[in-house]
Amino acid sequence: MRHLLSVRGLSRDDAIGILDLAEDMAAVATRAVPKLPALRGRTVANLFFEDSTRTRLSFESAAKRLSADVITFTAKGSSVSKGEGLKDTAQTIAAMGVDAVVMRHHASGAARVLADAGWIDAAVVNAGDGTHEHPTQALLDAYTMRKTRHGDASRGRDLDGLRVAIVGDVLHSRVARSNAWLLRTLGARVHLVAPGTLLPHGVGGWPVTTGSDLDAALDGEPWGAVPDVVMMLRIQSERMHDSFFPNEREYAREWGLDEVRFGRLPADTMVMHPGPMNRGLEISSAAADSARSVVLDQVTNGVSIRMAVLYLVLGSGGHDGDIA
Amino acid sequence: MPARPVLQQADIERALTRIGHEILESGDADTGAPLILLGIPTRGVLLAERLGAVLERLRPGAAVVGALDVTMYRDDLRRQPTRTPQPTRVPATGIDGATVVLVDDVLFSGRTIRAALDAINDLGRPRAVRLAVLVDRGHRELPIRPDFVGKNLPSAAAERVNVHLAETDGVDEVVVGTGDGTEATAS
Repeated sequence: MRHLLSVRGLSRDDAIGILDLAEDMAAVATRAVPKLPALRGRTVANLFFEDSTRTRLSFESAAKRLSADVITFTAKGSSVSKGEGLKDTAQTIAAMGVDAVVMRHHASGAARVLADAGWIDAAVVNAGDGTHEHPTQALLDAYTMRKTRHGDASRGRDLDGLRVAIVGDVLHSRVARSNAWLLRTLGARVHLVAPGTLLPHGVGGWPVTTGSDLDAALDGEPWGAVPDVVMMLRIQSERMHDSFFPNEREYAREWGLDEVRFGRLPADTMVMHPGPMNRGLEISSAAADSARSVVLDQVTNGVSIRMAVLYLVLGSGGHDGDIA
Repeated sequence: MPARPVLQQADIERALTRIGHEILESGDADTGAPLILLGIPTRGVLLAERLGAVLERLRPGAAVVGALDVTMYRDDLRRQPTRTPQPTRVPATGIDGATVVLVDDVLFSGRTIRAALDAINDLGRPRAVRLAVLVDRGHRELPIRPDFVGKNLPSAAAERVNVHLAETDGVDEVVVGTGDGTEATAS
Protein backbone atom coordinates (compact mmCIF):
# COMPACT_ATOMS: atom_id res chain seq x y z
CA MET A 1 0.00 0.00 0.00
CA ARG A 2 1.59 3.23 -1.17
CA HIS A 3 -0.89 5.79 0.22
CA LEU A 4 -4.17 5.79 2.10
CA LEU A 5 -6.27 8.59 0.65
CA SER A 6 -9.78 7.25 0.60
CA VAL A 7 -11.74 4.18 1.67
CA ARG A 8 -13.34 3.98 -1.77
CA GLY A 9 -10.46 1.95 -3.20
CA LEU A 10 -10.41 -0.59 -0.38
CA SER A 11 -11.81 -4.00 -1.22
CA ARG A 12 -13.52 -6.09 1.45
CA ASP A 13 -10.36 -8.17 1.83
CA ASP A 14 -8.14 -5.08 2.06
CA ALA A 15 -10.34 -3.65 4.78
CA ILE A 16 -10.51 -6.88 6.76
CA GLY A 17 -6.74 -7.18 6.41
CA ILE A 18 -6.27 -3.75 7.97
CA LEU A 19 -8.70 -4.54 10.80
CA ASP A 20 -6.95 -7.86 11.49
CA LEU A 21 -3.56 -6.19 11.52
CA ALA A 22 -4.97 -3.65 14.00
CA GLU A 23 -5.90 -6.59 16.25
CA ASP A 24 -2.22 -7.53 16.39
CA MET A 25 -1.29 -3.92 17.01
CA ALA A 26 -3.81 -3.69 19.87
CA ALA A 27 -2.18 -6.70 21.53
CA VAL A 28 1.10 -4.78 21.65
CA ALA A 29 -0.40 -2.21 24.00
CA THR A 30 -0.87 -4.86 26.68
CA ARG A 31 2.78 -5.97 26.74
CA ALA A 32 5.62 -5.12 29.11
CA VAL A 33 7.19 -2.93 26.42
CA PRO A 34 4.32 -1.60 24.27
CA LYS A 35 6.53 -0.83 21.31
CA LEU A 36 7.53 -2.51 18.06
CA PRO A 37 10.75 -1.78 16.19
CA ALA A 38 9.16 -2.11 12.76
CA LEU A 39 9.56 1.54 11.68
CA ARG A 40 12.89 2.31 13.36
CA GLY A 41 14.72 4.96 11.40
CA ARG A 42 11.60 6.11 9.55
CA THR A 43 10.23 9.60 9.97
CA VAL A 44 6.54 10.47 9.94
CA ALA A 45 5.48 14.09 9.51
CA ASN A 46 2.11 15.15 10.84
CA LEU A 47 0.90 18.08 8.75
CA PHE A 48 -2.16 19.56 10.37
CA PHE A 49 -3.55 22.54 8.51
CA GLU A 50 -6.72 22.29 10.55
CA ASP A 51 -7.28 21.96 14.29
CA SER A 52 -7.29 18.49 15.70
CA THR A 53 -6.44 17.00 19.04
CA ARG A 54 -7.36 13.36 18.99
CA THR A 55 -6.39 12.51 15.43
CA ARG A 56 -3.01 14.20 15.72
CA LEU A 57 -2.22 12.63 19.10
CA SER A 58 -3.48 9.28 17.85
CA PHE A 59 -1.21 9.29 14.78
CA GLU A 60 1.67 10.55 16.88
CA SER A 61 1.25 7.81 19.43
CA ALA A 62 0.81 5.17 16.70
CA ALA A 63 4.03 6.23 14.98
CA LYS A 64 5.93 6.21 18.27
CA ARG A 65 4.68 2.74 19.19
CA LEU A 66 6.20 1.56 15.91
CA SER A 67 9.47 3.33 16.81
CA ALA A 68 9.23 5.92 14.03
CA ASP A 69 10.41 9.47 14.59
CA VAL A 70 7.64 12.04 14.48
CA ILE A 71 7.71 15.67 13.50
CA THR A 72 4.55 17.67 13.87
CA PHE A 73 3.47 20.72 11.98
CA THR A 74 0.39 22.73 12.81
CA ALA A 75 -0.75 25.61 10.64
CA LYS A 76 -1.32 27.92 13.57
CA GLY A 77 1.80 29.94 14.24
CA SER A 78 3.58 28.59 11.16
CA SER A 79 4.59 30.07 7.82
CA VAL A 80 1.12 29.21 6.55
CA SER A 81 -0.13 32.26 8.37
CA LYS A 82 2.49 34.17 6.34
CA GLY A 83 0.89 32.92 3.15
CA GLU A 84 2.91 29.79 2.34
CA GLY A 85 1.01 27.35 0.12
CA LEU A 86 0.63 23.58 0.42
CA LYS A 87 3.32 22.83 -2.16
CA ASP A 88 6.01 24.84 -0.43
CA THR A 89 5.07 23.62 3.03
CA ALA A 90 5.09 20.01 1.88
CA GLN A 91 8.38 20.35 0.05
CA THR A 92 9.98 22.05 3.03
CA ILE A 93 8.93 19.19 5.29
CA ALA A 94 9.99 16.59 2.71
CA ALA A 95 13.41 18.22 2.39
CA MET A 96 13.96 17.33 6.03
CA GLY A 97 13.84 13.66 5.06
CA VAL A 98 10.37 12.35 5.68
CA ASP A 99 9.07 8.88 4.77
CA ALA A 100 5.37 9.48 5.33
CA VAL A 101 3.14 12.49 5.59
CA VAL A 102 -0.05 12.35 7.63
CA MET A 103 -2.12 15.31 6.52
CA ARG A 104 -5.26 17.02 7.64
CA HIS A 105 -6.36 19.88 5.41
CA HIS A 106 -9.43 22.09 5.11
CA ALA A 107 -9.63 21.55 1.34
CA SER A 108 -11.36 18.43 0.01
CA GLY A 109 -8.94 16.48 -2.18
CA ALA A 110 -5.79 17.99 -0.65
CA ALA A 111 -4.35 14.58 0.24
CA ARG A 112 -4.89 13.32 -3.32
CA VAL A 113 -3.12 16.40 -4.69
CA LEU A 114 -0.18 15.88 -2.37
CA ALA A 115 0.07 12.21 -3.36
CA ASP A 116 -0.23 12.74 -7.11
CA ALA A 117 1.43 16.08 -7.77
CA GLY A 118 4.97 14.70 -7.60
CA TRP A 119 6.07 17.38 -5.16
CA ILE A 120 7.24 14.87 -2.62
CA ASP A 121 8.24 11.21 -2.60
CA ALA A 122 6.74 10.28 0.77
CA ALA A 123 3.72 8.09 1.44
CA VAL A 124 0.59 10.12 2.13
CA VAL A 125 -2.04 9.23 4.71
CA ASN A 126 -5.22 11.27 4.62
CA ALA A 127 -6.17 12.35 8.14
CA GLY A 128 -9.19 14.30 6.95
CA ASP A 129 -9.55 16.51 3.89
CA GLY A 130 -12.29 19.14 3.99
CA THR A 131 -15.70 17.52 3.82
CA HIS A 132 -14.39 14.65 1.70
CA GLU A 133 -12.91 11.69 3.60
CA HIS A 134 -11.39 10.59 6.88
CA PRO A 135 -10.38 7.01 6.11
CA THR A 136 -8.69 6.08 9.40
CA GLN A 137 -11.76 7.24 11.34
CA ALA A 138 -14.01 4.97 9.28
CA LEU A 139 -11.57 2.08 9.80
CA LEU A 140 -11.47 2.60 13.55
CA ASP A 141 -15.26 2.84 13.65
CA ALA A 142 -15.57 -0.43 11.74
CA TYR A 143 -12.98 -1.99 14.04
CA THR A 144 -14.89 -0.80 17.12
CA MET A 145 -18.18 -2.20 15.78
CA ARG A 146 -16.60 -5.54 14.93
CA LYS A 147 -14.77 -5.80 18.27
CA THR A 148 -17.83 -4.81 20.33
CA ARG A 149 -19.97 -7.28 18.40
CA HIS A 150 -17.61 -10.25 18.13
CA GLY A 151 -14.95 -9.71 20.83
CA ASP A 152 -12.01 -12.08 20.53
CA ALA A 153 -13.65 -13.88 17.60
CA SER A 154 -13.41 -10.75 15.42
CA ARG A 155 -10.49 -11.74 13.22
CA GLY A 156 -11.35 -12.39 9.58
CA ARG A 157 -14.96 -11.24 9.94
CA ASP A 158 -16.82 -8.43 8.21
CA LEU A 159 -19.81 -6.48 9.55
CA ASP A 160 -22.35 -8.68 7.84
CA GLY A 161 -25.81 -7.19 8.16
CA LEU A 162 -25.03 -4.74 11.00
CA ARG A 163 -27.60 -1.92 11.04
CA VAL A 164 -25.91 1.46 11.46
CA ALA A 165 -27.78 4.76 11.83
CA ILE A 166 -25.57 7.82 11.26
CA VAL A 167 -27.29 10.90 12.62
CA GLY A 168 -26.72 14.62 12.28
CA ASP A 169 -24.53 16.92 10.25
CA VAL A 170 -23.85 14.64 7.29
CA LEU A 171 -23.32 17.61 4.98
CA HIS A 172 -20.08 18.72 6.61
CA SER A 173 -18.98 15.28 7.75
CA ARG A 174 -16.06 13.50 6.13
CA VAL A 175 -16.57 10.85 8.81
CA ALA A 176 -20.05 10.07 7.47
CA ARG A 177 -18.77 9.87 3.89
CA SER A 178 -15.93 7.51 4.70
CA ASN A 179 -18.15 5.41 6.93
CA ALA A 180 -20.93 5.16 4.36
CA TRP A 181 -18.58 3.58 1.83
CA LEU A 182 -16.42 1.46 4.13
CA LEU A 183 -19.33 0.04 6.13
CA ARG A 184 -21.05 -0.88 2.88
CA THR A 185 -17.87 -2.60 1.67
CA LEU A 186 -17.84 -4.57 4.91
CA GLY A 187 -21.47 -5.65 4.49
CA ALA A 188 -23.19 -3.34 7.00
CA ARG A 189 -26.34 -1.39 6.18
CA VAL A 190 -26.21 2.35 6.69
CA HIS A 191 -29.12 4.73 7.23
CA LEU A 192 -28.42 8.47 7.35
CA VAL A 193 -30.70 10.62 9.49
CA ALA A 194 -30.47 14.40 9.16
CA PRO A 195 -32.52 17.50 8.55
CA GLY A 196 -32.88 17.97 4.80
CA THR A 197 -30.58 20.98 4.92
CA LEU A 198 -27.75 18.85 6.32
CA LEU A 199 -27.87 16.11 3.69
CA PRO A 200 -25.44 16.76 0.83
CA HIS A 201 -26.36 16.98 -2.83
CA GLY A 202 -25.70 13.68 -4.51
CA VAL A 203 -26.39 11.61 -1.43
CA GLY A 204 -28.62 9.53 -3.72
CA GLY A 205 -25.43 8.08 -5.20
CA TRP A 206 -24.18 6.81 -1.84
CA PRO A 207 -24.75 3.21 -0.80
CA VAL A 208 -27.15 4.26 1.98
CA THR A 209 -30.76 4.97 2.79
CA THR A 210 -31.73 8.38 4.13
CA GLY A 211 -34.40 9.83 6.36
CA SER A 212 -35.08 12.85 8.48
CA ASP A 213 -36.94 11.37 11.42
CA LEU A 214 -34.67 10.15 14.21
CA ASP A 215 -37.51 8.63 16.21
CA ALA A 216 -38.62 6.58 13.21
CA ALA A 217 -35.04 5.35 12.71
CA LEU A 218 -34.72 4.36 16.36
CA ASP A 219 -37.99 2.48 15.98
CA GLY A 220 -36.60 0.48 13.10
CA GLU A 221 -36.95 2.51 9.91
CA PRO A 222 -36.04 1.39 7.26
CA TRP A 223 -34.98 -2.11 8.36
CA GLY A 224 -37.95 -3.14 10.45
CA ALA A 225 -35.54 -3.65 13.34
CA VAL A 226 -33.84 -1.25 15.71
CA PRO A 227 -30.31 -0.16 14.77
CA ASP A 228 -27.31 -2.04 16.18
CA VAL A 229 -25.25 1.13 16.09
CA VAL A 230 -26.28 4.77 16.51
CA MET A 231 -23.49 7.09 15.43
CA MET A 232 -24.04 10.72 16.35
CA LEU A 233 -22.16 13.31 14.30
CA ARG A 234 -20.87 16.59 15.60
CA ILE A 235 -22.67 19.76 14.55
CA GLN A 236 -19.78 21.51 12.81
CA SER A 237 -20.61 25.12 13.69
CA GLU A 238 -17.24 26.29 12.37
CA ARG A 239 -18.20 25.17 8.87
CA MET A 240 -21.74 26.55 9.02
CA HIS A 241 -21.83 29.90 7.32
CA ASP A 242 -25.52 29.56 6.69
CA SER A 243 -28.61 28.80 8.65
CA PHE A 244 -29.24 25.05 8.48
CA PHE A 245 -31.73 24.72 11.34
CA PRO A 246 -33.67 27.29 13.38
CA ASN A 247 -31.68 27.05 16.60
CA GLU A 248 -29.73 24.62 18.75
CA ARG A 249 -32.64 23.83 21.05
CA GLU A 250 -34.80 22.80 18.16
CA TYR A 251 -31.97 20.71 16.70
CA ALA A 252 -31.44 18.94 20.01
CA ARG A 253 -35.16 18.27 20.29
CA GLU A 254 -35.48 16.80 16.79
CA TRP A 255 -32.13 15.15 16.12
CA GLY A 256 -30.28 14.92 19.44
CA LEU A 257 -29.80 11.64 21.27
CA ASP A 258 -31.40 12.90 24.45
CA GLU A 259 -32.13 10.88 27.57
CA VAL A 260 -35.60 9.83 26.45
CA ARG A 261 -34.45 8.55 23.06
CA PHE A 262 -31.41 6.91 24.60
CA GLY A 263 -33.64 5.18 27.15
CA ARG A 264 -35.60 3.54 24.34
CA LEU A 265 -32.55 1.84 22.84
CA PRO A 266 -31.95 -1.84 23.58
CA ALA A 267 -29.13 -2.62 25.98
CA ASP A 268 -26.81 -3.92 23.26
CA THR A 269 -27.05 -0.92 20.93
CA MET A 270 -23.70 0.79 20.48
CA VAL A 271 -23.60 4.56 20.79
CA MET A 272 -20.74 6.10 18.84
CA HIS A 273 -19.44 9.61 18.27
CA PRO A 274 -16.28 10.59 16.40
CA GLY A 275 -15.65 13.42 18.86
CA PRO A 276 -15.34 16.08 19.97
CA MET A 277 -18.86 15.93 21.41
CA ASN A 278 -21.25 18.84 21.83
CA ARG A 279 -22.95 17.58 24.97
CA GLY A 280 -26.56 18.65 25.19
CA LEU A 281 -26.72 19.34 21.46
CA GLU A 282 -26.35 16.18 19.38
CA ILE A 283 -25.78 13.86 22.34
CA SER A 284 -26.83 13.92 25.97
CA SER A 285 -24.42 13.17 28.79
CA ALA A 286 -26.59 10.22 29.78
CA ALA A 287 -25.89 8.62 26.38
CA ALA A 288 -22.26 9.70 26.13
CA ASP A 289 -21.27 8.39 29.54
CA SER A 290 -23.31 5.19 29.51
CA ALA A 291 -22.02 1.64 29.26
CA ARG A 292 -23.45 1.47 25.74
CA SER A 293 -21.21 4.32 24.64
CA VAL A 294 -18.05 3.13 22.92
CA VAL A 295 -16.68 6.64 22.40
CA LEU A 296 -13.53 5.98 24.42
CA ASP A 297 -13.04 2.58 22.75
CA GLN A 298 -13.06 4.47 19.47
CA VAL A 299 -10.15 6.57 20.71
CA THR A 300 -8.18 3.55 21.95
CA ASN A 301 -8.84 1.61 18.76
CA GLY A 302 -7.79 4.61 16.69
CA VAL A 303 -4.19 4.12 17.78
CA SER A 304 -4.23 0.44 16.72
CA ILE A 305 -5.77 1.27 13.33
CA ARG A 306 -3.23 4.00 12.69
CA MET A 307 -0.38 1.69 13.64
CA ALA A 308 -1.70 -0.80 11.09
CA VAL A 309 -1.98 1.86 8.38
CA LEU A 310 1.48 3.32 9.05
CA TYR A 311 2.96 -0.18 8.99
CA LEU A 312 1.25 -0.92 5.68
CA VAL A 313 2.52 2.25 3.97
CA LEU A 314 6.00 2.16 5.50
CA GLY A 315 6.69 -1.38 6.62
CA SER A 316 8.28 -2.59 3.42
CA GLY A 317 10.97 -1.39 1.11
CA GLY A 318 9.03 -1.74 -2.10
CA HIS A 319 5.74 -0.07 -2.83
CA ASP A 320 3.35 -2.79 -3.84
CA GLY A 321 0.21 -1.12 -5.01
CA ASP A 322 -1.67 2.07 -4.34
CA ILE A 323 -4.83 1.99 -2.33
CA ALA A 324 -6.66 4.99 -3.63
CA MET B 1 16.09 -30.99 -10.21
CA PRO B 2 12.88 -31.97 -8.42
CA ALA B 3 12.59 -31.56 -4.68
CA ARG B 4 14.08 -34.52 -2.84
CA PRO B 5 12.34 -35.70 0.33
CA VAL B 6 14.75 -36.23 3.22
CA LEU B 7 12.34 -36.77 6.11
CA GLN B 8 9.01 -38.59 5.95
CA GLN B 9 6.09 -38.41 8.31
CA ALA B 10 7.44 -41.13 10.63
CA ASP B 11 10.84 -39.41 10.78
CA ILE B 12 9.24 -36.11 11.78
CA GLU B 13 7.17 -37.81 14.45
CA ARG B 14 10.22 -39.63 15.81
CA ALA B 15 12.28 -36.43 15.83
CA LEU B 16 9.62 -34.55 17.80
CA THR B 17 9.29 -37.40 20.31
CA ARG B 18 13.05 -37.41 20.81
CA ILE B 19 13.11 -33.62 21.28
CA GLY B 20 10.34 -34.02 23.85
CA HIS B 21 12.44 -36.53 25.80
CA GLU B 22 15.51 -34.31 25.54
CA ILE B 23 13.62 -31.31 26.90
CA LEU B 24 12.51 -33.34 29.92
CA GLU B 25 16.02 -34.76 30.42
CA SER B 26 17.53 -31.27 30.25
CA GLY B 27 15.93 -30.51 33.60
CA ASP B 28 14.15 -27.40 32.33
CA ALA B 29 10.83 -28.93 33.32
CA ASP B 30 12.04 -29.57 36.88
CA THR B 31 12.98 -26.05 37.93
CA GLY B 32 9.55 -25.10 39.19
CA ALA B 33 9.44 -22.37 36.56
CA PRO B 34 6.73 -22.73 33.90
CA LEU B 35 7.84 -24.24 30.61
CA ILE B 36 6.46 -22.39 27.59
CA LEU B 37 6.86 -23.60 24.00
CA LEU B 38 6.66 -20.61 21.65
CA GLY B 39 6.30 -21.54 18.00
CA ILE B 40 7.39 -19.11 15.31
CA PRO B 41 4.73 -18.75 12.58
CA THR B 42 3.76 -20.42 10.43
CA ARG B 43 5.09 -23.96 10.74
CA GLY B 44 6.93 -23.40 14.00
CA VAL B 45 3.54 -22.90 15.65
CA LEU B 46 2.29 -26.23 14.32
CA LEU B 47 5.48 -27.97 15.44
CA ALA B 48 5.21 -26.36 18.89
CA GLU B 49 1.66 -27.72 19.19
CA ARG B 50 2.81 -31.21 18.24
CA LEU B 51 5.76 -30.99 20.60
CA GLY B 52 3.38 -29.81 23.32
CA ALA B 53 1.23 -32.90 22.68
CA VAL B 54 4.33 -35.11 22.98
CA LEU B 55 5.26 -33.53 26.32
CA GLU B 56 1.66 -33.86 27.51
CA ARG B 57 1.88 -37.61 26.89
CA LEU B 58 5.26 -37.94 28.60
CA ARG B 59 4.44 -35.72 31.56
CA PRO B 60 0.98 -34.16 31.73
CA GLY B 61 1.03 -30.46 32.51
CA ALA B 62 4.73 -30.13 31.76
CA ALA B 63 4.41 -27.31 29.23
CA VAL B 64 2.07 -24.76 27.69
CA VAL B 65 2.14 -23.80 24.02
CA GLY B 66 2.01 -20.35 22.46
CA ALA B 67 3.01 -18.48 19.34
CA LEU B 68 5.51 -15.69 18.83
CA ASP B 69 5.32 -13.57 15.71
CA VAL B 70 8.62 -11.95 14.83
CA THR B 71 7.62 -10.05 11.68
CA MET B 72 7.98 -6.61 13.24
CA TYR B 73 11.45 -7.50 14.52
CA ARG B 74 12.97 -8.74 11.27
CA ASP B 75 16.05 -7.00 9.94
CA ASP B 76 14.91 -7.34 6.34
CA LEU B 77 11.51 -5.61 6.52
CA ARG B 78 12.66 -2.89 4.18
CA ARG B 79 13.97 -5.36 1.59
CA GLN B 80 10.72 -7.28 1.26
CA PRO B 81 7.16 -6.58 0.20
CA THR B 82 4.90 -5.91 3.17
CA ARG B 83 4.73 -8.94 5.41
CA THR B 84 1.53 -9.62 7.28
CA PRO B 85 2.15 -10.52 10.89
CA GLN B 86 0.48 -13.52 12.52
CA PRO B 87 -0.99 -13.43 16.02
CA THR B 88 1.29 -13.74 19.05
CA ARG B 89 -0.17 -15.87 21.84
CA VAL B 90 1.48 -16.10 25.23
CA PRO B 91 -0.04 -17.40 28.49
CA ALA B 92 -1.98 -14.79 30.45
CA THR B 93 0.59 -15.10 33.23
CA GLY B 94 3.27 -13.83 30.85
CA ILE B 95 6.76 -15.14 30.33
CA ASP B 96 8.55 -13.49 33.26
CA GLY B 97 10.62 -16.09 35.09
CA ALA B 98 9.50 -18.90 32.78
CA THR B 99 11.63 -21.16 30.63
CA VAL B 100 10.85 -20.42 26.99
CA VAL B 101 11.58 -22.93 24.27
CA LEU B 102 11.45 -21.32 20.83
CA VAL B 103 10.27 -23.77 18.18
CA ASP B 104 10.92 -23.30 14.46
CA ASP B 105 10.97 -25.55 11.43
CA VAL B 106 14.32 -24.78 9.77
CA LEU B 107 17.36 -23.10 11.31
CA PHE B 108 19.40 -21.41 8.60
CA SER B 109 20.97 -17.94 8.92
CA GLY B 110 19.78 -17.46 12.49
CA ARG B 111 18.20 -14.11 11.68
CA THR B 112 14.69 -15.24 12.51
CA ILE B 113 15.87 -16.38 15.92
CA ARG B 114 17.64 -13.08 16.47
CA ALA B 115 14.34 -11.34 15.77
CA ALA B 116 12.56 -13.75 18.12
CA LEU B 117 15.00 -12.96 20.94
CA ASP B 118 14.23 -9.25 20.48
CA ALA B 119 10.51 -9.97 20.49
CA ILE B 120 10.85 -11.97 23.71
CA ASN B 121 12.73 -9.07 25.24
CA ASP B 122 9.68 -6.85 24.71
CA LEU B 123 7.34 -9.43 26.22
CA GLY B 124 9.16 -9.94 29.49
CA ARG B 125 12.20 -11.51 31.11
CA PRO B 126 12.20 -15.30 30.99
CA ARG B 127 14.49 -17.33 33.22
CA ALA B 128 16.05 -18.95 30.16
CA VAL B 129 15.42 -19.22 26.43
CA ARG B 130 16.12 -22.46 24.53
CA LEU B 131 15.84 -23.22 20.84
CA ALA B 132 14.31 -26.33 19.29
CA VAL B 133 14.28 -26.82 15.50
CA LEU B 134 13.15 -29.65 13.32
CA VAL B 135 15.98 -29.17 10.85
CA ASP B 136 19.35 -27.46 11.24
CA ARG B 137 20.74 -26.87 7.78
CA GLY B 138 23.82 -24.84 8.75
CA HIS B 139 25.03 -21.60 7.11
CA ARG B 140 24.62 -19.47 10.22
CA GLU B 141 25.16 -15.73 9.81
CA LEU B 142 24.84 -14.96 13.51
CA PRO B 143 26.24 -16.54 16.69
CA ILE B 144 23.13 -18.64 17.38
CA ARG B 145 23.00 -22.37 18.12
CA PRO B 146 20.05 -24.70 18.75
CA ASP B 147 19.59 -26.68 21.97
CA PHE B 148 17.36 -29.37 20.47
CA VAL B 149 17.64 -30.51 16.86
CA GLY B 150 15.40 -32.98 15.03
CA LYS B 151 17.86 -33.54 12.21
CA ASN B 152 21.13 -31.99 11.12
CA LEU B 153 20.93 -31.58 7.39
CA PRO B 154 24.12 -30.36 5.75
CA SER B 155 23.03 -28.39 2.70
CA ALA B 156 24.46 -26.12 0.04
CA ALA B 157 23.63 -22.48 0.63
CA ALA B 158 21.81 -22.33 -2.71
CA GLU B 159 19.57 -25.27 -1.90
CA ARG B 160 16.12 -24.85 -0.45
CA VAL B 161 15.01 -26.81 2.58
CA ASN B 162 11.26 -26.79 3.08
CA VAL B 163 9.22 -28.35 5.83
CA HIS B 164 5.74 -29.39 4.76
CA LEU B 165 3.17 -30.20 7.41
CA ALA B 166 -0.20 -31.85 7.02
CA GLU B 167 -2.09 -28.82 8.41
CA THR B 168 -0.72 -26.39 5.82
CA ASP B 169 0.59 -28.53 2.98
CA GLY B 170 -1.44 -31.73 3.19
CA VAL B 171 1.56 -33.92 3.90
CA ASP B 172 4.29 -34.30 6.54
CA GLU B 173 7.74 -34.19 4.93
CA VAL B 174 10.98 -32.29 4.67
CA VAL B 175 12.24 -31.72 1.14
CA VAL B 176 15.46 -30.37 -0.31
CA GLY B 177 15.35 -28.70 -3.69
CA THR B 178 17.51 -26.46 -5.78
CA GLY B 179 16.64 -22.82 -5.67
CA ASP B 180 18.05 -19.44 -5.00
CA GLY B 181 18.11 -20.14 -1.28
CA THR B 182 16.30 -16.94 -0.41
CA GLU B 183 12.89 -18.35 0.35
CA ALA B 184 11.57 -17.08 3.62
CA THR B 185 10.69 -20.48 5.00
CA ALA B 186 14.31 -21.53 4.78
CA SER B 187 15.65 -18.68 6.88
